Parts: sequence; structure tokens; C-alpha cells
Amino acid sequence: MDLTKAKIRDLRKALDNKEISAPELCAEYLKRIDEQDGKLLSYITVTKEKALSDAENAQKIIDAGKSSALTGIPLAVKDNICVDGVRTTCASKMLENFIPPYNATVIEKLNAEGYVLLGRASMDEFAMGGSTQTSAFAKTRNPYDFERVPGGSSGGSAAAVAASLAPAALGSDTGGSIRQPSSFCGVTGIKPTYGRVSRYGLVAFASSLDQIGPICNDARDCAIMLNAICGADAHDATSARVETPNFTEKLGQPINGLRIALPKEFFSDAVDSSVKACVLDAAKELEKRGAVLVECSMPGLKYAIPAYYLIACAEAASNLSRFDGIKYGFRGEGRTYEELIRDSRSRGFGEEVKRRILLGNYALSSGYYDAYYKKALALKQEIIRQYNQIFESADVILTPTAPTPAYKIGEQDNDPVKMYTADICTVTVNIAKLPGISTTCGYTADKGLPIGMSIIGKRFDEQTILQIADAWESGFVPLAPEL
Amino acid sequence: MSAYFPTMGLEIHAELLTKSKVFCTCSAEFGGTPNSRCCPVCSGLPGTLPVLNQRAVEYIIKAGYVMNCDISRFTKWDRKNYFYPDLPKAYQISQMPRPVCLSGTVNIKVNDEDKVIRINRIHLEEDAGKLVHDDVNRISLADYNRCGIPLIEIVTEPDFHSADEVIAFVEKIKLLLQYAGICDCKMEQGSIRCDVNISIAPKGSDELGTRTELKNLNSLKAIAKAIEVEIDRQEELLENGERVIQQTRRFNEALGETTAMRSKEDAHDYRYFPDPDIPPIIFTEEELEAIRNSIPELPEQRVARYVDEYGLKPADADIIVGDKRICDFFDAAISEYNNPKAVANFILGELMNRINRGEADMDALKFGGAEFAQLVEFMQTDKISQANGKTILREMIENGGNPKDIADKGDLWIKEDNDLLAKVVDEIIANNPKPVEQYKNGDQKVFGFFMGQANKALKGAASPKAIQEYIRKKLEE
Repeated sequence: MDLTKAKIRDLRKALDNKEISAPELCAEYLKRIDEQDGKLLSYITVTKEKALSDAENAQKIIDAGKSSALTGIPLAVKDNICVDGVRTTCASKMLENFIPPYNATVIEKLNAEGYVLLGRASMDEFAMGGSTQTSAFAKTRNPYDFERVPGGSSGGSAAAVAASLAPAALGSDTGGSIRQPSSFCGVTGIKPTYGRVSRYGLVAFASSLDQIGPICNDARDCAIMLNAICGADAHDATSARVETPNFTEKLGQPINGLRIALPKEFFSDAVDSSVKACVLDAAKELEKRGAVLVECSMPGLKYAIPAYYLIACAEAASNLSRFDGIKYGFRGEGRTYEELIRDSRSRGFGEEVKRRILLGNYALSSGYYDAYYKKALALKQEIIRQYNQIFESADVILTPTAPTPAYKIGEQDNDPVKMYTADICTVTVNIAKLPGISTTCGYTADKGLPIGMSIIGKRFDEQTILQIADAWESGFVPLAPEL
Repeated sequence: MSAYFPTMGLEIHAELLTKSKVFCTCSAEFGGTPNSRCCPVCSGLPGTLPVLNQRAVEYIIKAGYVMNCDISRFTKWDRKNYFYPDLPKAYQISQMPRPVCLSGTVNIKVNDEDKVIRINRIHLEEDAGKLVHDDVNRISLADYNRCGIPLIEIVTEPDFHSADEVIAFVEKIKLLLQYAGICDCKMEQGSIRCDVNISIAPKGSDELGTRTELKNLNSLKAIAKAIEVEIDRQEELLENGERVIQQTRRFNEALGETTAMRSKEDAHDYRYFPDPDIPPIIFTEEELEAIRNSIPELPEQRVARYVDEYGLKPADADIIVGDKRICDFFDAAISEYNNPKAVANFILGELMNRINRGEADMDALKFGGAEFAQLVEFMQTDKISQANGKTILREMIENGGNPKDIADKGDLWIKEDNDLLAKVVDEIIANNPKPVEQYKNGDQKVFGFFMGQANKALKGAASPKAIQEYIRKKLEE
């Protein structure tokens, strides 16, 4: 079976029609991973034995005629989502040998469907970065150009799906970590509304911003994944007590009359002209199909980066304090408790993680709290207000996903501020707790690198952004990378 | 007389009597095999999230009401960040700017004078684990059973000026929390803990001196002693022209001294910020009213009821209510035998006596209020003599059982044996001509002597009433 760009629903059909068995399908993906991932480095751990036994269980469900959407579907799971008994490293030396004794809620939900775990996708260490180059174990490469980054932090998940080393994957998104790598790797990824998916079992980076979501070959597969993983959870007090719709319901419905806002600040000179042109062309195409383009402004965008990094780092500094080498994880040396944790944390964490811990603790420290953290919270409220205002006259917002296509490995290594600034198009969506989806809108003329556009929806309105992304994809032919 | 006067404020931590911990479903019971009452959440594993125990919230609101606090309609939780091996998340979930309870008052009585102590705030937080240091192998072990047990922290205003006031307040808080069913207040198990902030200033001064904070006070005795030695220490410093340094000091009960733990300069910067994992709570008036209405009868109300309805003396009612275990025992007894005065008298006279002598332990009593009530009823209805009643109680304390079986076995019933009564009393009167003479000359006091002799000899073979009547009859013949 040709697995190139194979969709979940294609595999579903093949499995249910007995064209292929779940163990066979699993074995084919494992073979592809075995052959291709040496170049790509999208996986940290390939869970071969578990995958095959998962697949055998799935086949029993299929044989019993009881399969649901994901029964027997092999998936890659970002390495910051806890799977009982499976090493979960967060791409950090700190958790190199950490084996969680419990399942994340999303894993429980996937288990209930009989999914197959192929392996643990690489990522930036503790999800901090946009290149997957801060991974301590697998610095993933872009399938379209091995010299380039796959984006991040869910770079392993996006690259694996793009290279068909998994039909779909779970990622997590704190400031763009699903959407930006999806854009760099030419796949479709959605960050659901904050609270839509339980965070229980997702190793926290910034608790008020983190959200788990799928990375797939297209919007329809994303909708299928959302149907499986969404829902209120008693283990997560921030999971929303709202009804979970059928996310595939609106797919294929005409987009006539849907109002798409284009805030001008997202199309400034900070964005590459090739990217800008590509996204605006897509907007015009959607207009041709009946959508209404709305011009608008989001002046608060200029505060987005500092506000985001202050909030995210403050929460991260606290969330990552538990890694002290006492109970689990990397243990350094020292005669006293202070010496022990200092050495454990100095050697267990990478540079970017330490930079953000320092930044976050500084922002929270006595005497600076009001000037930094508190001000960032005020900016957050302002950004939410401006989004609400735009949504008064628009159904969705269309922006570039990233200011540039995938850049060369090493290009931003020595300039953290430049790296942070590259998140400008995605972070406000997390700050405002909105859903956002990135889909490919074209390829660069010279190098054929994917360019992504983001569609942002109102809170809990994933359906409309899926509908528009799906409408766009129905007239777009994606190019698979040559490996 | 000292030239200084002390000023003190308290921080009291009380563990709530919820069945489960404050952010997970683990048992909140005391003790247990180390690390047997833990789960991924309370041991702080990566990826886990806290979910607030609504019962704990209910309990702190009750605590607020019994201390006459304002209950915040909007409350939220914050993270207090610091590294310590007994704190697996490296932050404690607590409350900083928006505690559940603010500005209350508690009335206390010290040396018969009433005084009002102001409460600054009460907030809800989680307890930390425990470290066990193995000095032989030179290692430290962490037990996380206590991690996540719900705690309330009661912070008072600096309204105390003597150790007596502090002790009276702590005793009052214990009673309030026990009667409201919020905390069992077992100081020896650490379910209630008290830190004392203390400073001294020259008499007549408007300003407070530099304060120190005393920790590790495990009993009322320790609190009183620590306050005494810390006041002495501060006075000595000032007398010698030195300064008191703002610091936290640990009380060493064995040595009877306080030693510095850390000073203000190396105090933590806790970097408090709102916990993003726990949504704030907004209470409705209906919710608060329902909680307020569910508060059981409080100590002062109970004393009033015992005095007004049962006719107990206020001092006796105070003693019974002053120990919730005894009070519950009393209630159980009078529900079996509705004679509150007689039950109270036997509790205060005999049971308390045994307890005070260390012969009985209210926490490990081998019989209940019902058995005790039966015994009192037997004595009140002249079925068992006072002396034998005491014997039976002693047996019940030692081996348990019920009074009827014990009386049967030991042949301790009053038999109303009139022949024996006549024989014994006649003999006593015959053998004691002198007291008989005295009685006949109008000395009524010797009557007691004959009663005593007869009781002793009869060993319960006749009721006190019958004995009394027969003696009187014989003496007045």
C-alpha cells in the first residue's frame, strides 16, 4: 500500500475493507521509519513492540466489527504527552529516563479508540523553541530540505506526517508550536480553543497557553482527530465544560458569505514578501468562492511578543521547578540539597530552557512583578479585547502562520530575540485562548518550500476554521517532499 | 517588673478533616506507610494537574463563619515558589491577594476577663511532605503522604500581650474547629500547628519592636515556654544595648531555648503568581448561606443549652464542653438515660478523675456513653451503691464490658437484705456507745459516721435509703 500522504480516512477504509490488517499497516509505517528517519530524525523513540501489540489488539476490534475512527490507525505522539510505561523525555536530558506511571487523558481517549502508538515525536526541549533544534536527542530536519528546520516545537510531529512516517500526530501548541511546524512542513495542524482538549498528562510549559492538538495531512483528518481527543475532563479544572460538536459536520459546506478578516499588522514588512503574497492570493481565491474579505487592524500586535514571553516564561519557571533531581529525572552531584539541585538543573536543562527559566523568575521576582508580569497580564486583556472587536465584524481571521518559510539550521542560533520575534503571527491566538489552524497555501517559487496560512476562529468555533481550511484544501494540490 | 511589654500575633495552620486531599483523591488520613497515600498528582509528577476539593472549600468557609470573618465572593489560588525536597512541585498552592476569609474576630476569656482577638485572614493551601533524616546512613528520606492534605492558615492581628492570651486563643480555636467539624486539632500529630510572631517594646511606647517568628511549637506547653524564653532573650538584648534581628527562630523544647533558623536577609522571594491550573471561584449568596446553615452547634451555644435546658452549673458545662470528646460522650450518655445532672456529676467527679490520673484515655475508651449511662441509672435508682458504681467504672475502664454483666459477675447489686441490714446496724450501734451518746445529745454530724460504717460492712447489700432509715430509727428509739 502506498502510504504517501495517506489520510486517516483512507486507512480506515482499507482496514475496514480488510485490504490491509492493522499489524501489516503498522509494520509498513515502522519499515518507512526504519528506512527514512535516519535522515529526518523526527522520532526520539520508536515504540516498535508496543506498536505491534497495539495493532494486534486493534485488529481484534476491527474483526469484531467494532472499529471507530482511529482503531488501528498508527500515530506519532509528541514526547511531552505522558504515556503509561513509555519513556517521555520532553526532548530533555532532564527526563532522558523518565517513564510515566500514568496516561495523559488524550492517550486514554486514543486507547479507547484502539489507536496504535508508533513512537514519540521529537520537539524542542520542553516545547521551548521554534526549530526542534533544542531537542537533546533528535534535531529533526525539514523533509523538503534537510538543511532546514522543520519548525517547532512540534517539529518531529510535523516532519513525520509530512514525510508519511505517520498518517497523523499529536502536537502541543503554547505559542504556535503546532501551527508553525505544520506551515514549515507543508501539513495541516490545529490548535484548539484553550480548554477544548484536556491538558492532563501534557508536561506543562505555560499552563495558561498550552493546548494539545493534531497535525495531519489535511483539515478533515484534523477534524477526525479532534472528535477523538476533545471533551471536558475531571482531571483538568481548566478543561471547558462545553459540548463537543462533531467536527466534521460543517466540512464541505459552502463558505458563501463567511467574513474573513485580514488585520493589516499581520501583513507588515516583518513578513517575507513571498509569504505575504501567497497568503493574500489564497484570500482572494477564498473571496472568489464566496467569502467576504474584511480589512481590519490589531494595533496590540506590537506588544504580543513581550506579553507572550513574560507570561509563558513566568509560568514555565514555576512549572519546571519540580525538576530537581530528587524524585525522578537527571540527578547531578552535590553534598547538600542546594548543590544537588543546582548541579542537576545546570546540567539537565539545555541553554534555551535555562534562559526562559531565568527570564520567568526575573519577571516574577519581588520588585519587578508589577513592571513585567502584571503589565503582561494587562496586555493580554487588551489583546483579547481587540480580538473580540474584530470578531464583531468577522467570522474568522486570516494571517500568515510564520513570517518566513523554513529557515536554515543554525541561522537563528545566536539571536534569541530574532527567534522570539518569529512567533509574532501565532502567539496572540494562545494569549486569547482562540482556535487556530495552519494549512499550506503555496510553495516558494525558488526552493519549493511550503508556505502556511493560519485561520483563527472565535472561542470554541473550531468548526468554521476547519470548514474554511477544508474548502481551501479542496482546490489545492499539496506536493509531497522527496526524501 | 519588666520595663517592656510584649506584642504577639499568631499564624495557625490547621489540617482539614476532609476524606481526600485538596487537589487529588488520595486519602487525607494521618500517617500510613511512607508514600502509600500518594498519586501522580500529589507527588508532583510531570503533566499532572490539581483539581480543587470542593469539600475543603466548604470547610474553610465554615472556619471563616465561626471566626466571624467576611467571606470573599471572589477567591483564587496562587503559587508560592520555593525549592525544598518535601515539596515535590517546588511550589505550594496557596492564596495570596484573594484569601477565602478576611477580617474576623474571636472572643477569648483570660483570667475572667473577656477579650476580642482580630483575625486578619484565613486562606486555604496544601501541606508539604515530611523528611526523615537517617543519621546513621547519612541520608534523608522523603515521605509524601502528607503532601496535599488541605490546610487552612489563620493569621491574627498582633493582639496578644501575654502567653496566657495566646494559650486561651489557641484553646478557643481548637474548640471552634473541632465543634465545627473542620479539624481534629491534634497538636501532637501536627494537625494543628502554631507559629508565634513576637516583639517587645518599652512600656508606654506606641511603636512595636522588631519581631521574631517562633516555629516548631508542638504543644500548648511549648508555646507558653517558647514565648517566655523569647521575651527574656529579647529583653536581655535590649538591656545590653543590642538590637533584635528580624528572623525566624526554632524552639528547642529539650533545651528550653530558641535558636535562629534564618534571618530576613536570606528570606525567600516566593515569586507568588496566580495558579493558571485552578480557575478562580465566585460564590453565590445561596451557596454561602447553605454552608453557613450546615455549621453544627458551637461550644458557646452548647454551654448555654446545658445550663438553660439541663440546669448544669456554668462551670460544669464549661468543663464538659471544653473537651469535645467528653462533650460527645456526655451527649451519647444522656440520650440513653435522660438525667443530665446525674450523668454530668459522674463524668466530672469520677470519669474525669480517672482521666486526670492517667488511668483512662478518652481516645481509647473501652466503653461508650450508653454503658456509662446505664451505670449512672443503676446508681440513681438504688440498684447499685455509689461505692460499687465506682468499682464497676474502674472495671469498665480497665477491661470494658457493660455494668450489668460486671455487677452480676461481682455480685455487686443492692439486695435489700433487711435481716442483714438489721444485724449489721445493730452491731455497729452496740459497739459504738460513745457516738450514740453524742447523737442523742443532738450532734447530728455523727450520723455520717454510722452511715459510713454500715456502707462499708454491707458492701451494697442494702440501698443507702434503707440504711439511712434503719439507722435513724434505731438511734431515735
